Amino acid sequence: MNKLNTKIPDGPLAEKWTIHKNRIRLVNAANKTKLDIIVVGTGLAGASAASSLAELGYNVKAFCFQDSPRRAHSVAAQGGINAAKNYKNDGDSIDRLFYDIMKGGDFRAREAFVRRSAEVSNFVIDQLTAAGVPFAREYSGYLDNRSFGGVQVSRTFYAKGATGQQCLLGAYSGLIRQMSLGKVTLYSRRDMLDVVLIDGKARGIITRNLVSGEIERHSAHAVVLATGGYGTIYYLSTLAVGSNASAAWAAYKKGAFFSNPSFVQIHPTSLPQLNDYQAKLTLMSESLRNDGRIWVPKKKGDKRHPNEIPEEERDYYLERMYPAYGNLAPRDISSRAAKERCDAGYGVGKTGLSVYLDFKDSIAKKGKKVIESKYGNLFELYEKITGDNPYVEPMRIYPAGHYTMGGLWVDYNLMTSIDGLYSIGESNFSDHGANRLGAGSLMQCACDGYFVLPVTIGDYLADDIKTGKIPTDHAAFEEAEKNVNDKLTRLISVNGKQTVTSFHKRLGKIMWDYCGMVRNEEGLKKGLKLLEELKEEFWKDVKVPGTMDELNQELEKAVKVADFFELGRLMCQDALNRKESCGAHFREESQTPNGEAQRIDKEYSYISTWEFTGEEKDHKLHKEPLEFECVKPKERTY
Amino acid sequence: MNLTLKIWRQKNANSKGAFVTYNLEGASQEMSFLEMLDYLNSTLIGKGEEPIAFEHDCREGICGSCSLYINGRAHGQDSKSATCELRMSRYKDGDTIVIEPWRSKAFPVIKDLIVDRSAFEKILEAGGFISANTGAAPEANSIPVPREHADKSFDAASCIGCGACVSACKNASAQLFIASKVSQLALLPQGRVEAKLRARNMIAKADELGFGSCTNTGACEIECPKGISLAHIARLNREFLKATL
Repeated sequence: MNKLNTKIPDGPLAEKWTIHKNRIRLVNAANKTKLDIIVVGTGLAGASAASSLAELGYNVKAFCFQDSPRRAHSVAAQGGINAAKNYKNDGDSIDRLFYDIMKGGDFRAREAFVRRSAEVSNFVIDQLTAAGVPFAREYSGYLDNRSFGGVQVSRTFYAKGATGQQCLLGAYSGLIRQMSLGKVTLYSRRDMLDVVLIDGKARGIITRNLVSGEIERHSAHAVVLATGGYGTIYYLSTLAVGSNASAAWAAYKKGAFFSNPSFVQIHPTSLPQLNDYQAKLTLMSESLRNDGRIWVPKKKGDKRHPNEIPEEERDYYLERMYPAYGNLAPRDISSRAAKERCDAGYGVGKTGLSVYLDFKDSIAKKGKKVIESKYGNLFELYEKITGDNPYVEPMRIYPAGHYTMGGLWVDYNLMTSIDGLYSIGESNFSDHGANRLGAGSLMQCACDGYFVLPVTIGDYLADDIKTGKIPTDHAAFEEAEKNVNDKLTRLISVNGKQTVTSFHKRLGKIMWDYCGMVRNEEGLKKGLKLLEELKEEFWKDVKVPGTMDELNQELEKAVKVADFFELGRLMCQDALNRKESCGAHFREESQTPNGEAQRIDKEYSYISTWEFTGEEKDHKLHKEPLEFECVKPKERTY
Repeated sequence: MNLTLKIWRQKNANSKGAFVTYNLEGASQEMSFLEMLDYLNSTLIGKGEEPIAFEHDCREGICGSCSLYINGRAHGQDSKSATCELRMSRYKDGDTIVIEPWRSKAFPVIKDLIVDRSAFEKILEAGGFISANTGAAPEANSIPVPREHADKSFDAASCIGCGACVSACKNASAQLFIASKVSQLALLPQGRVEAKLRARNMIAKADELGFGSCTNTGACEIECPKGISLAHIARLNREFLKATL
């Protein structure tokens, strides 16, 4: 399996990145100006990559579906970004950050990748600070940190509850600067609908101009996908409504392998679903768990107002079950515990599908002012949506689909199994194993975009300094454009009765019920069957109004949902194959006597990497064994 | 509840738009404002009519995509709130709601309620950044920033680039948008180096793009979903003055 060569260099773990950097080929400054790079997606990973590549001299074309790069969904990350600065003198180090991520991911990530991100994380904080990100400060003027779920040190840098927004705007300002210098050309309001391969190499993309409807060809010497995650497959999730898998899925169908597709993180602290019209679930930052205590009534179906339930009749179940970490237990564990309590009949609220997050004790101990200064904007947001005041009564929260650890397979250079096609940030699978730790997403995006890809991409482009411009009249562009046109025409010509959104809702329900927080063989098989039936119904009865050559939001949605049907099938197949539980992937058949995830290292200590073999055929599985030099996989106890 | 909606419809940038009235039955106070529009669109598709195009993405008040003028107010009647955060519990059965796109020459309508805000990007290109290349940054704690400055800088930086300030201003001035960036960076030692040039160039660019002048009416501050203060415009003016002395 040559295609799956990870290119991880030999040598001690802590030195691998340095060894690799010193060994790979470079492109000299003059030659860089002869090379074009397409970057799809302008979130923290895409924007930082595009600007850093342009600074090096490459000609960059950046694409986003939003009207501006600043709206990419990194903007919504709330809590923070991790780095191993050890500013708190609490024993943190690169090795400890590395270990926490490995353990948090339940030993299903590659050591070398995680070690590299931990190492690079410190430079990210320097870089973002230099770019003007107003991180929280102490009175000394030095940077402040807070702690996050799944760790015992304070290493999370933050900017109130808007860390993602501030980090993204920092990267965006670098992108803007390169636009002003003419080194980045921005193509906004574009959906990428296909990747174009010439002689097996990624040489361009096909996009749809979302305003004019025009199908466009763009060529380059390399293509970088920074297109985010696919949590919107559940319809209701914490993601932006427009987030989607279509770019990654197009790459998959062209030969890029997809790893661990079923690894989806369910975030424990989202607002519960309020009604059937709801278009998304709103996240409440996990940082709230620093001061909030999670509980349900000890009595089943207790309908009393939470403030009327006396202390001894409350079950602080996380503190009870995980005494060392308590309310700061990792996300997957906290989510499942909430589901377990609700399924057992202890849930609260109208639907019984929520638990309390209570700030009463922290307010009593630290004062309302302190709590307000830390979480004021989140409390306001909560009150706006629910009408309840969390200063006087507990919040109600419930888990929601949030982050996809799975994604496109990449090697140590962040290149997919297609030559010249790269994947960075959430769109790849690289760093988080079976579960991502809080404040790890911004960290990975910025590591990939600022410091890894700009170095590693030279190793490939060194062969292209004499290639010259890639023409867009090549037959491969012709064919890709035709396929895209055919797909869009097909969607519009169904002309059925049901809206795209109604299908998306039903698809989301199937995925949530059978490939969500808890999975089992019977359910996954049933889910696969239901998916097939619904997909068939979709292609017979979906209604996409309007035409292709105009701004058509229903058509945009239809493309995404059509791809989700196919991705959903792969996710179920992946979940079915992995009969162990690990991290966020919880197979009911594989649990400890206490109901915790039971890994089966002997059989499943591998990365599940899938290959597309044709429209109606089963996906083909490749197993990449995980080898651990430094960590010893053990049971994840918290 | 039943609502009468008067909504701006416009096929594309080149055609003439007009208000169209819709009688919507069965909306619920539990919906968000945008979910009400989703619901309206699903009924329109059901009737074979074209749904209304409007912008939205994160639906939690941080991406800045949503941009509706509702009953004469940018982002509707609530203060410190983006359209996506507006709830239908603020309305009652029988209400008439007028929904328009941003009104400003610098933001031309693309379709229905969607406008082109790329002029903001052009203003930022004139200097809304610190010219720090990747790799050149010093250790983050080597430059202490007084906490008060960092907090104020954050307040300015919380701008979501939605354009409500321009839309609400009788002069269609972009001053609060420019001030939020100039002020954010001027308050940090890292941003001081280029502070003067930044203020001068961004204001010159806004003038060139046809944004109006600031006459301190304060409508921008009232309609800003992030509550960004006019004090930042004062700081921008100081920076501008220093740059021209």
